[in-house]
Parts: sequence; structure tokens; C-alpha cells
Amino acid sequence: MRNVILFIGRYLTFFTFLFLQIVSLWFLYSFNQFHQARFSQTANELTGAVNKRYKNFENFFLQGEENRRLHRVNDSLLNLLSQQVATTDTSSRLVTDTLLIDSTRQYRRYFFRPASVVFNSTSSEKNYIQLDRGSLHGITENMSVLNADGSAVGIVVHVSPHFAQVMSLLHVRQKVNVSLQQTGDFGTLEWDGKDPGLLLLKGLPKSVPVKMGDPVVASKYSYNFPPGYPVGTIAEIIIDKSTNFYLLKVKPAARFNNLQYVFVVENLQYAEQTTLDQETRKKIEDAKRSSR
Amino acid sequence: MREIIRNLIRLLLFLFIEVFVLHKMPHLHRFISPSLYFLFLLWLPFSVSPRFLLWIGLATGLVIDYFLQSPGLHASACLWLCFLRPFLIGVLAPRESSEFNYREPSPQSLLWAPYLIYVTILTLVHHTWLTFLEWLSFGSFGDFLIKVFASTAISLLMIIPIELLFPRSLRFRTNVGG
Repeated sequence: MRNVILFIGRYLTFFTFLFLQIVSLWFLYSFNQFHQARFSQTANELTGAVNKRYKNFENFFLQGEENRRLHRVNDSLLNLLSQQVATTDTSSRLVTDTLLIDSTRQYRRYFFRPASVVFNSTSSEKNYIQLDRGSLHGITENMSVLNADGSAVGIVVHVSPHFAQVMSLLHVRQKVNVSLQQTGDFGTLEWDGKDPGLLLLKGLPKSVPVKMGDPVVASKYSYNFPPGYPVGTIAEIIIDKSTNFYLLKVKPAARFNNLQYVFVVENLQYAEQTTLDQETRKKIEDAKRSSR
Repeated sequence: MREIIRNLIRLLLFLFIEVFVLHKMPHLHRFISPSLYFLFLLWLPFSVSPRFLLWIGLATGLVIDYFLQSPGLHASACLWLCFLRPFLIGVLAPRESSEFNYREPSPQSLLWAPYLIYVTILTLVHHTWLTFLEWLSFGSFGDFLIKVFASTAISLLMIIPIELLFPRSLRFRTNVGG
């Protein structure tokens, strides 16, 4: 026993090293792999406060670029005003039917909240973005994030009271359902962690005509992103003879290096859609199991 | 006391450069990710005991980690660096002249050639471990090797001019004042 204590005492530095190494590796791997943005909320709040100060300073130098972008958005919004549209059709008439559910009633599907970016990176293989809005402002996980000009940026993966962490499109685990604007055929947008200027579009069958420069937009089948918002343009077409699918490289529409003001978009039907999806799978699986 | 304040200011400066300059600037290349903060650990005084050095390494790594949002990654690499540092100094430093006359490792205290070996080995260790941990979850072996050497090279390319531009004042540890 005495020898054991002597042994440990002699190599105490080595054992300290071993112990601390295990602690740090535990830090690294104890987190949910998919949501690696999850870590202690206190640390999130602290680094968020520092990042916010830095951002305030940095914003001073970047206002010109932001002004131009806002101007573009205003421009496109002005075109949507009802004053710009004249009604020429006078033959329409109102038909009243006795159905209880009014099929012409509109309901709101997406809710936009503005936020500003306080931390951003593009140099890693797993890039996260930090926003200055958190659960106190109504942000929750799985909301999508659009740039000031409407281009897709990422998905919220974790929130603390005042800040939210966003998994950028430049993240090797990110998968977004997108479609071609012209034909509406959908595929999956991924990133291989190599060039932050090029994303990968997979799963688009070769029967679909694709040209260089074709716009790619958020798909109608995405639970997170509102459909039709720009994601990027086709920059390179790689034809792999061994499969029936294209491998397309997409130039992202958002410039990830200078994100400043973004919109956090909530799909108000998200919970209903995902619950229905899960329950359906469960129902079918259970039916299969009991029939055996 | 002055020593502690000096090192704290150094840590804050390196933290600022790492998080808000090196990590913010446009991506150079997918293999090249420059890093400088570990110079703080290389510059710590000789008088820090090896065990305390490990704790400082863990703290430094975790602070960087929480800013770069990868808890444990840099801390683990820093621990390797801090564990190997005393051995390297033991091998490279002529005992009588440096450890007793100078406060901390520098080109002046260790002489240029041994100091460069010291910096190169520890930088290589730091980047190897960092890239290794990243590679475990993602990437190919060729990428891993190239990334280690490219990152080490770019870091050394920054460290050597820093040493030339900011020579740290040689403080002799004598009985009179200091």
C-alpha cells in the first residue's frame, strides 16, 4: 500500500495530466453529437456578452454594405404592395356556400423575427452562428434563419435566455431540403467541409434538365425553411456515370463572411407536422410488429 | 505580482487576437487554420511548477473553447503542450545559464536554435492533437497530415516575426530589486 502511494506521489504530475486530459475529452464527447452547440448556458451568456460588444464596434465599419442590402429588400417589398397591382377583372362574384369551414380563409404559416449576428465563423468544418435573440424573445430550436436579403443561412439548434446558436449551412452535419426553381424537383443540400464558397446538392435525378446558373430555392417539403427563398445558384455540374443522380455544386446566395442582420423564421405548423410524421411512423411500425 | 498581471494581459491579448482576428479573417484555405494563442503557454515563466502548468493549460484551452464553441478541443491540445514543455526545457536549456538568469523561455534565454526547436516541436504537438481530434469525427488521413503540417507552418511563420519584432526585455533575476 505504501509503495502504491509512493508510486502515485512520484508520478503525480503525470496522473494530473491524465486526469485533466480525461476531463477535457469528456467535455468534448459528452455532448450530443448532433447538437454540439449545446454547452453550459452560463458560458453561452458570457461569450455572447463579449461578442455583442465586439459586434457593436465592428458594425460601425460595415454599415455601407448593410444599407445596400436593406435597400434591395425594400425594393422587392415595395413591389408587393397592393397599390402596385391593378384589378382588371370585374366579372368575379362572391359565392356563398354553406360549408362550415371557409376554404378561402387565410392562415399564417411563417412568422419572421429580426435578429442580429454576434458571432460567426466560416473557417471550421462545423460552423455555428450566434444571434442576440434567445428564448426570452420567443426563439426556439428548429427555426430557420434567413439573411437580410432572404437567402438561407441555417437552422437554430440551441437557445439560452438572451442568445441563440445557429447551425450554419456550412456545417458538415447540416442537411436541408431544397429544390430547383424552374422545375421544382427536390434534393438535399449538404456541405463537405472543404470550400466555404461551394455547397453540394445531392439526390437530384439525371432526368431533370439542369443548367449552370440555375437558381436553387428552399423546397416546399422543408419543415424549417419557408418555400421559395433563395439558397444559391448551380456553379458546377459533375456527372457521375455510376449513379442516376447528379452531383451539383451550389454557390450559396448568402455571403457567410459578412452576415449582420438576419430573420429568424418560425414555421407555426412545425410541431403539428413533425408530431404527425412521428406518430405515423410509429403507427405503421406497431401494426407491422403486431401482425407478425 | 507584476509577473501575474503581465501574463494575464498577455492572455487577454492572445485571446483577442485568436477569437477576433485569426478566427474572423477570411478563410485562407481549407487546410490552413492559423493559431497563435498557445504562444502564451510557451512564454510562461520557468518558475511555474509542472503541475500548476497543467491547470493553466486547461483553463486557457477552455476559455478559447467557449469562444470558438468547441468545449474541450483546445483544452486537450493545451494539456499535451503543457505536459511536454518541462521535459523539452530540461533537454534544451543549459541549466546554469538560462533558468537562473532569465525568467521565461525566449530566443535570448535559450538561444535561437534550441528555442526554434522548442517552439516547432510544441506547435507540431498542438496542431497534431487538435487536427487528430477533428479528424476522428470527420475527414481522410491525407487531409489530416497535410492540415497538420500546413497549420504548423503558418503558425511558425507568424511566431518567428513576432519574436523578432517584440523582443521581450531580458530581466536578470538578481538579489537587488527585480
